[in-house]
Amino acid sequence: MALVQIENVSKTYQMGEVEVKALQDVSLSIEEASFVSFVGPSGSGKTTILNMIGCLDKPTVGDVFVAGEHINLLNRKQSAVFRGSALGFIFQSFNLLPVLTTYENIEYPLVMIKNISQSMRSEAVHKVLKSVGMLEQKDKFPDQLSGGQKQRVAVARALVTQPKLVLADEPTANLDKKSAVNVIQLMRSMRDEFGTTFIFSTHDPKIMKEAEVIFTLEDGMLLPGEENK
Amino acid sequence: MNKIFKMAIRNLMRYKRRTLLTSLLITVGILTVILFSGLAGSFKEMMIGQITDSNLAQMQIHKKGYVSSIDSMPLNLNLSPKEYKTIEKILQNHPDVEAYAPRIKLSTMLSNYAETTNIRLNAVDPEKETMVCPDVTNRMVFKDNVREKIFVKPGEIIIPKNLATGMKLKAGSPVVIVAQNKDGSINGLNFTVAAIIESVLGPQGKEGYIHIKDARTLLRMEKPEVTEIAIRIKNFNQLSAVYTDLKSSLLKFKNKKGGSIFEIHTWEKLSPFINIANMIDLMTISMKLIMIAIVLISILNVMIMSVYERIREIGTMIAIGTSPGKIMGLFLSEGFFLGLISGLAGNIIGIAGIYLLNIFKIRFSFGRMDNLLLSPAININELFWLTAIVLLVSVFATLQPAYKASKMEPVDALRHV
Ligand SMILES: Nc1ncnc2c1ncn2[C@@H]1O[C@H](COP(=O)(O)OP(=O)(O)OP(=O)(O)O)[C@@H](O)[C@H]1O
Ligand SMILES: [Mg+2]
Repeated sequence: MALVQIENVSKTYQMGEVEVKALQDVSLSIEEASFVSFVGPSGSGKTTILNMIGCLDKPTVGDVFVAGEHINLLNRKQSAVFRGSALGFIFQSFNLLPVLTTYENIEYPLVMIKNISQSMRSEAVHKVLKSVGMLEQKDKFPDQLSGGQKQRVAVARALVTQPKLVLADEPTANLDKKSAVNVIQLMRSMRDEFGTTFIFSTHDPKIMKEAEVIFTLEDGMLLPGEENK
Repeated sequence: MNKIFKMAIRNLMRYKRRTLLTSLLITVGILTVILFSGLAGSFKEMMIGQITDSNLAQMQIHKKGYVSSIDSMPLNLNLSPKEYKTIEKILQNHPDVEAYAPRIKLSTMLSNYAETTNIRLNAVDPEKETMVCPDVTNRMVFKDNVREKIFVKPGEIIIPKNLATGMKLKAGSPVVIVAQNKDGSINGLNFTVAAIIESVLGPQGKEGYIHIKDARTLLRMEKPEVTEIAIRIKNFNQLSAVYTDLKSSLLKFKNKKGGSIFEIHTWEKLSPFINIANMIDLMTISMKLIMIAIVLISILNVMIMSVYERIREIGTMIAIGTSPGKIMGLFLSEGFFLGLISGLAGNIIGIAGIYLLNIFKIRFSFGRMDNLLLSPAININELFWLTAIVLLVSVFATLQPAYKASKMEPVDALRHV
């Protein structure tokens, strides 16, 4: 089975009287260690499908399998455990915890979620810090970092637990062009270094180009002909 | 665990002004409670000390039914010598009783050879009386200011100041005391005023003193009867325990009809000040309730705000896999530390305040007693409980917001701007 398997998934939101079809009968699969992008205009369903793969949301119809887990069946607590152990997240507005330093932000999942010993933590944190090139900023707080630097820290935080899959919803939307490309390239080199699968969404064509697999969404539907480069 | 504490403390530091204001509010609440209960407590203690050490004594034993008819000072409810011996034996054998003293109470007429007035007298054995009420002579002004150990000798009388003023009497003046005994016959006796009692709180303030032997002569007692036995115990804090103990010993003595012969009362049943003391306790409790309300509302307010402001942050933590328990723990620790900081500050300032009050001694007047010196104190036990309550209430106030945070749906929380 592929790392991500989506079978006939639809997602409907009820907005009072109106039904919003955020996803309609989407099926796709994503292989391990691939570098995937979801693209499409605003409101096309990119966030919705990423939330589904990220085990943050459940489909109205259809099945989602991630790393062998049938995520439809997970309850709230199991989902949290699964996210903590198998997934990494990168957010559009970085979402670093403002009271923690760079080092502590990266260490956070190891302490608060995985309960890993001090010495092993230190080793793991230093390794990713070095990989994302943020070792010198390790004692700075997020508000002392630039947007690009923050997103590098976020990449490191997502990778430190060695997840199978990292999800990034518009990771470059709040960055200038140069930093945006840098962050995407960083993600790709991380994929090369650790073999982690990356799935990100964007509507920036320049960023899109960096992906190896591109899924295009429009009005909640997957356009035929996924682009393989 | 200490990572959660660290985050909680840093989050408190993040909103410095808000944290400061909230803890200031709580600090003021605690400070008020400490100062109030320190002052009120010391006032109460001092008044009780006055009452029990200068005239009433801590406990009194009478013939059954005496206290309920005390206003008429009946002479037919005295303790016979045999009964006195019985009680004496009980008191002598009780390890917690420090001293006891016999008294005769009588209502008499005092004449200065020109005018006559009523006076109630306490006839006492001065040596025993000073053991039971060590401060009995504190407010007596003797002739030439010489205070003697035996403060009233046979032939001497000590009268309250208001009466002395009205009758134009001073130390050394001769007076006649006339009394009716229980058979109805009237007898008079000459006395010399030995001292004047300066104002004393309560109805006892209108009573005079004579020697117990004189009372027996005046009342033509065939046997040495006693109206009441005043008791002082070794440790005042044990009062209710000793009282219960003595009461059960005394209850064993029954008359022919099966009713008990004796009755025993603590000062609380004998002095109207107990009402003021109870009022003070009630006010102290009210102050504490107000403080609890302050802590509850201010912490609840701050924590609701904290959760609301950090919805996206909470969403992030939950999304990356933080368990609901840890989220709860984080917010509960914040509430706890907020309470702790405020509690410690309140304690420190409160102790400093009490200390200052003791340096700049406060004097005040109560009724006709003036120049009373308060020495407010606060016991460690009380501080401990106060702090514990503040902490408990802080955590309690945080429960709801923390629970709300832990139950957030990450998708919704992340979308929140
Ligand atoms: N919680 C919700 N309730 C109602 N409608 C929703 C909800 N979440 C998403 N939608 C709707 O579902 C559709 C897809 O939304 P989604 O956020 O997935 O789009 P997107 O491609 O990520 O857009 P953008 O590029 O603006 O982020 C939109 O029409 C949106 O309005
Ligand atoms: Mg989106």
